[in-house]
Amino acid sequence: MKILVNSEPREITGPSLAAALMELGYTSPAIATALNGQFVARDARAAQPLAPGDRVEVLAPMQGG
Amino acid sequence: MEIYGETLSSRLFLGTAQYPSPAILQEAIAASGAALVTVSMRREGIHGSGAGFWNLLRDTGVRILPNTAGCHSAREAVTTAHMAREVFGTPWIKLEVIGHADTLQPDVFGLVEAAKILSDDGFKVFPYTTDDLVVGERLQAAGCEVLMPWGAPIGSGRGLANPEGLRAMRAHFPELPLVVDAGIGRPSDAAAAMELGLDAVLLNTAVAKAGDPVGMARAMALAVEAGHLGHRADPMERRDMAVPSTPVLGLAELT
Repeated sequence: MKILVNSEPREITGPSLAAALMELGYTSPAIATALNGQFVARDARAAQPLAPGDRVEVLAPMQGG
Repeated sequence: MEIYGETLSSRLFLGTAQYPSPAILQEAIAASGAALVTVSMRREGIHGSGAGFWNLLRDTGVRILPNTAGCHSAREAVTTAHMAREVFGTPWIKLEVIGHADTLQPDVFGLVEAAKILSDDGFKVFPYTTDDLVVGERLQAAGCEVLMPWGAPIGSGRGLANPEGLRAMRAHFPELPLVVDAGIGRPSDAAAAMELGLDAVLLNTAVAKAGDPVGMARAMALAVEAGHLGHRADPMERRDMAVPSTPVLGLAELT
């Protein structure tokens, strides 16, 4: 299915958010995720199904003021 | 000083952005003696650049204050705060809800809304706000045990645009920790904020964009300490006219 990851169109097999992250190569432990603007905790990713057109955000620590 | 029941080792908080190199950032943190450093959350590339930065910061041993920089609504800020809490492992959050793209002025309505949601959810909120007293009261009612009024627009280096507003804030919230956040350009600005009786200063660009960031980090640390000690020492009142400091009594007549 096609989803958007950090606004980029990506093709994944899914079915879960955890599986999609693995498939796309997001293996760092220092990431946090949101699905369609809602936070999805690390422990909830495996049970979080994805649907075509879903918007996934993958964020990581960055410099800030 | 204490915030949310935690004792902080210094009154200088330092941002981590815009340094010439990671090594200079580490040196600047050490030179500043900062009690905590601010960090943000941004989109991760496939190669995991965020983890490297996070490991670098953890090596410094300094306390982390994640921010919600760049969020323009309460909803965005709340989601970002949750993401930051998970990654950084702290309930402390510098809450920014930006209302204006040019001035980066806080949207105080969204700020109060997000502060309430996050406080109720166990976050320890550090709100980036204005010097408006009513907004401060609303933030306190929302659960904030610290307020962070701006000195001047973020990154402007203009110093304290409205020192009277900060003075009024100090008088209005005598017990609440107040941190000047944003606008500091020079050590004298930081000292001035502390002389007004504020509790701490948060700055970033003034150090990161100095010709010698490590030297400026040290200068800011000394300025914050000097301003704080000066405030505690109860400065003299200003006078309109000169008053001789050398005793007049016993002055020779040599004419």
